[in-house]
Formats: sequence, C-alpha cells, structure tokens
Amino acid sequence: MSAAARPQLAACPACSTAPSPEQIAAMSEVKSGRIMLSLPEVHCAACIVAVERELAQTEGVQSARVNLTLKRVAIEADADITADDMIEVMRTIGYEAHELDSATIAATATNKSGRDLLMRLAVAGFAMMNVMLLSIAVWGGAADATRNLFHWISALIALPAVAFSAQPFFKSALSVLAVRRLNMDVPISLAILLASAMSVYETWLGGEHAYFDAALSLTFFLLAGRYLDHRTRAIARSAAEELAALEVPRADRLENGELISVAIADLEVGDLVRVKPGGRMPVDGVITEGQSELDRSLLTGETIPVFAGPETTVSAGEINLTGPLTIRVTAAGKDTSLHRMADLVAMAESSKNRYTSLADKAAGIYAPGVHLLSFIAFAGWMYATGGDVRMALNIAVAVLIITCPCALGLAVPAVTTAASGRLFKKGMLIKSSTALERLADVDTVVFDKTGTLTTGMPELTNYNDFGDQDLAIALALAAGSSHPLAQSIRTAATANGVTAATLTSISEVPGFGISALWNDKIVRLGRANWVGADALDQTATYLQIGDSPARAFTFTDSLRDGAAELVNAYKSQGFAMHLLSGDAPATVQALANKLGIEHWTAKATPTEKSEFIMGLAQSGNKVLMIGDGLNDTAALTAAHVSISPASALDAARVASDIVLLGTDMAPLGDAIDIARKAKRRILENFGVAVVYNMIAVPIALFGFATPLIAALAMSASSITVSLNALRLR
Amino acid sequence: MEVVLYLIPISVFLGGLGLVAFFWTVRSKQYEDPEGDSQRILSDEWDDHPRP
Repeated sequence: MSAAARPQLAACPACSTAPSPEQIAAMSEVKSGRIMLSLPEVHCAACIVAVERELAQTEGVQSARVNLTLKRVAIEADADITADDMIEVMRTIGYEAHELDSATIAATATNKSGRDLLMRLAVAGFAMMNVMLLSIAVWGGAADATRNLFHWISALIALPAVAFSAQPFFKSALSVLAVRRLNMDVPISLAILLASAMSVYETWLGGEHAYFDAALSLTFFLLAGRYLDHRTRAIARSAAEELAALEVPRADRLENGELISVAIADLEVGDLVRVKPGGRMPVDGVITEGQSELDRSLLTGETIPVFAGPETTVSAGEINLTGPLTIRVTAAGKDTSLHRMADLVAMAESSKNRYTSLADKAAGIYAPGVHLLSFIAFAGWMYATGGDVRMALNIAVAVLIITCPCALGLAVPAVTTAASGRLFKKGMLIKSSTALERLADVDTVVFDKTGTLTTGMPELTNYNDFGDQDLAIALALAAGSSHPLAQSIRTAATANGVTAATLTSISEVPGFGISALWNDKIVRLGRANWVGADALDQTATYLQIGDSPARAFTFTDSLRDGAAELVNAYKSQGFAMHLLSGDAPATVQALANKLGIEHWTAKATPTEKSEFIMGLAQSGNKVLMIGDGLNDTAALTAAHVSISPASALDAARVASDIVLLGTDMAPLGDAIDIARKAKRRILENFGVAVVYNMIAVPIALFGFATPLIAALAMSASSITVSLNALRLR
Repeated sequence: MEVVLYLIPISVFLGGLGLVAFFWTVRSKQYEDPEGDSQRILSDEWDDHPRP
C-alpha cells in the first residue's frame, strides 16, 4: 500500500535521489563554514573521541560532531579552512575521509518529513491510549451520564488528534480523487472521517456506541506502517546521496598558462583542460598536448588500455593512465557522451515503471470492494429496517472500520523494513521500493565482466616464464610508473622477494613505456610497437633487454572477491547465467570457463547488451542484471531488476535498484533468497488480512459489531502481521 | 465517582506533558544518531565536568 499511497512524481525512484553532477556543482557554489566528511571507517566510541578531539584541536575549527549512524562528521570551521585540510587531518590520525557536498545533503530534506511523520504518530498514539482507557470503562459497564461524559471527553481528545495525525491520508486521498482514481488512502480517510463524524452524532444523541478509539487506532497503526516505510527508504536515500556527493565534480582549466580549479558546470567548448595521470576525463574533447594511455573499460568494457596522443578524441568518463594530457573541450555538461548515455537511460521506459507492486495490486481489488460492501450494508439495512438512516449508517460505518486495511497497511512495510535491514547489514542498499518483490521473481542472471566479476585490475599470469635477472630489471623499470600493468608487475615481483636491479637514466615516455640503461645496455618495458614486438591478442606489456627480442608479460583481469562463490551460489540455486562483456573474446571465454558460466558473449556494444536482455524478457525470463559500466546502464534499465557495485559510475548506480556497498560479491548470493522469503511473508500477511476479514465482515454486516470487537480485531491482526514480518530477521 | 472529575484531567495533562517532552526531543534532533549516542556513554571525555 505504500506505493499506492503517494503518487510518484519523479520519472524513476532513483531520479529524485541522485542529483546530476551539474546540480551538485551548482549547489557547491554556496560557500559556508560547514564541511561534511564521510568517514567510512568510524565504528566505535574510541573513534568518535579520537576524531572529535583531533578536529577540536585543529586551528580554525569551531566544533566537530560525528554521526556514527551515517558515518559522517560535520565540522564548523572558519571560511578559509577547506575540506582538503580536514581530510589531511583525518589521514594523520588514520581515518580515510571523503568530502561530501554539504549542499547536496542539505538539499534533500529526508529527515524533515520523517520527523513530521514521527510527531503525527506520537500524537495518534497518545490520543489512542487515553481514549482507550475511557473506552475500557464504557465497555466495562459505565452507563448513562458517566458513559456520555466519557464519550464527550473522548471526542475532545480524538477530534483534534485525528485532524492533525491523519492529514497524510487525507492529502493523498484528495490528490488521487482529483485525478479520478482510487488508492488505499480513500477507504482509510473515509473510515476515519465517517467513524469520527458518526461517533460525534451518536454521542450527541446519548447513543451506546462511539468509535473514537477505532478511528484513532486506525490512524496510529497505519501511520506506523507509513513511518516504517519512510525510514527504510530514508536510509537508502541518505546512502545514495552520499555516493552522489562523493564525486565532487571539478576540473583543472588552463588559463594563461595557469591551472585553475573550476566546477565542471562552468566549462565551455574551446576551453583547455589539464587531466593528470590517474584522473577521469571530465568532458568530451580532443587531445592537444601530451601522450598517454587511456583506460576505456568503464565505457566499453575493454581491459586493454589504448594509446592516446594529440588529435585523439576522448570521452568523458575515460581514465588517463600515464602522462598528463591537455584537452580542448568539444562538448561539456549536458552534451557529453556520458551525459547523453545517462539521458538515454532516463528516457527508456523501464520494466520498473511498468511493474505494479503487490501492494498496488491488493489496493486495486480492495478499495472498490470495501466501498461496495459498506454501500451494500447501508442499502440492505435501509431496506430491512424500512428507512432507519441512523441504524443503517451505523452499520455501514462499522463495516468500513472493520474492513479497513490495518493489516494490509502494515503487511508490506513491516516486511520490507525487516528484509532491507537484513540486506543492509550484508552490505546491500535497496534503492527502489519494489526492488525486493522484483528480485524475488528472478530466474536468469546476467553478469557484466570488467569491474563487476573482475576488479579491472590486471594480474600477471606468466611470472614463471622469466628468470630472476629479467624480473629484477622489470621491477626496477616498473617502480617508477603509475601504470596499472607496471604496478601489477611490481606487486608480483615484490611478493616473490625479487630485488630491483640497478638502472641508470630511467625515463618514462608517456603513452609508450619506460626505458633505462642497465650495464650500458638499453632496457625497455612498454607497448609492443615501441619495443618492436608483435602485439598479442590479450593484455600484455613487453620487456626488451639490449638487442635481444622483446618478451611479453601477459595479464589477466583479477577476479573480484567472492565472485566465484557468488556464481556457485546461483548455480546451486538453479539460475540460468550469462556473461555479457564488451571485452575481447579470449578474455571473456577464459573467465567464463574459470567460473563455469555456460553462456557468454564478447564484444557486446551497449545496445547489443540491452537488446540481449530485452530478448530474454520477451521469451518470458525475469532477468537480474549485475553491472557497473556506462556501457551497462541501458541493460541495467532494461532488466527486471538490477544491481551495481558502489565502485560503479554514478550513471550505472542510478539505473540500478540495489547497490552493493562492499567490494566482496559473495553477499549477493543470499539476496534473491531473502527477497523470496520476504515476498512469501508479504503474501502470508495478505492471507492473514483476508482471513480476518472473512470472520469480521459478516459480523459487521449483520449488525453485531461493537467498538470492542472492532478494537480487538484491529489490534490482533496488526500484531499478527508485524510478528510474521519479524520472522525474517 | 466524583473523583474522576479531577483524575481524568490530571491524567490527560500528565500524558500531554509526556507528549510535549517527546516533541521537544524530536525537534532538538535527538534521534539523528542513535548508534553514536549509545556509544558515547562509553567515552570518558566529559566525565569530570559537562561539555562547556
């Protein structure tokens, strides 16, 4: 019922949670003395004290407060203190820190509406308990003047409380009625309003039955469901905000020979931008100066770095590996290829928008049914009593109250709260409210390769083909470079206890490799064509000593932690699996064989990926797509449900329903199982609600319902449903 | 039975006092960091005198 309650305004659930880099950049213009840092490693009382004490002693800092729940610290400092200074302070005491854009975090008022709901819940609870006390006296046998007095006091407490607490239901009901539709909030509002009005009328006439307590407990239980629902999503949203805010979008612009750091939103076509080795291209452009290699894996899935020199075109999102590059901007902001791809995703009608949640389906049957039933009760009793309006109305209201979906209102949120809590503990973040239900339907899993099953970090494969001397030279050459292949050689050699050879006049030629002198012989490590070797069809770098022919170091993409366990877990659960990659066939096949995935496709373009998934969907499969790259976003959107790791580009994270926070993939193995259990609990809860209605509705229809029966039935069903949800933990 | 004439207003008033106190705790953001608050009692940082 949660989804039916609030009409969705945003195009997709994630759109409202993740602001685009331009928005973030625009917001960060607002300067204030407040700095927010994300501290992923704080976890205990000692950490809090250490961080706060260190910051308090730093000059220019007025106050600092750690929020352990969100793993953040808020710092009030003088205007000339920058976030980088604070990150440095944190590093000296051993905490990893990232800047968060405080403007982004402040801009999303998640806490405000949560606080609002909590207050309404408190008022409803307070009023409910007081009125219930008075009602017990009435049920216990208070009569005549005492009963009337108690009814009047109840009215005095209940009416203002209902007017305040039930507003969310009234607002939502009005907004759907305005577009001539029905949702769960219509019968809810009607029941609350009619029960209150009828009770005031009965009290006025000194009648026996007043339903003030029913109106209030209805409000209370339903608000509790709504609050649970809100809190689950607020947690997911704050983490999504955090991920979006982590990428503080700035670029170094060349102005009169000087580098000036500007927001990406301020870049214009024709500007010159400097990208350091290791940096990500902020814009589309053409290289004007410098040579380097580019890692395009996030865009295309290719793992082999490509050479880049003057006149090479670059796209936003590629990573510069070896040398500094100067780039002339050809497209910035909304026109970059990265942004266009993100737009494509936003426009593509996804299966998620077409999905009707279980709660919506239930509401679709329930709301008209309830109205019909109470109208029949009214008409039937009018006929039977020969036109006694008071009697007929009383019974119609009793039917509305009894059928009112307390259990239904709690059925879904109670379960999703429990299930998302359990998944969050395992490091998974549910972004969409229907993601769990959709995950439960999955029968086919499609994996991306680079960055998802593999880390995108190369691992040396033919270490043993080389002698100690060769390795010593290779290590010495690699030591000076930040290129991933060089780093990988370095790691492998150091791990095996190789000591570096002594080299002289080492120089790195950006984009090609490293050369040096060893015993008056030229030694080189780098690209095939540079050292005069034939290029192999796999990731490799080549070592040449003197005049002897060059030899290749070959690499494979190293497997992500838990990837093998994950594939095994899915295999034992009987899912069909596919590996879909933009990389070369040899590497894709090797990985598929290693993991035991039967079906694989290599050299897939983004369009082919999404068409492949749509093909599966058309043949009736429910596909779970796990991917991280920009080339996966369309596929992630097309899939029935999708997961991306936190290391993914933000476009991919926006497109997916679940974000995996840790680097280990293994927790995903249980996710589908938990989702299925959750769905089973939701259906059981609906069952409880139906059974309870089958007993209670005839009682109400035949006019035997009293406020006491209504209160008992309502509390019993709500508690049953909540307890059933708790079994998930 | 006349005693209820005093007792009911008193009980409603006391309950209301609790409600107002709850409002105050929500408004002054005391539920923002439940995990941190539960850990802070373990720190001996402000044991001798309260935070200035």
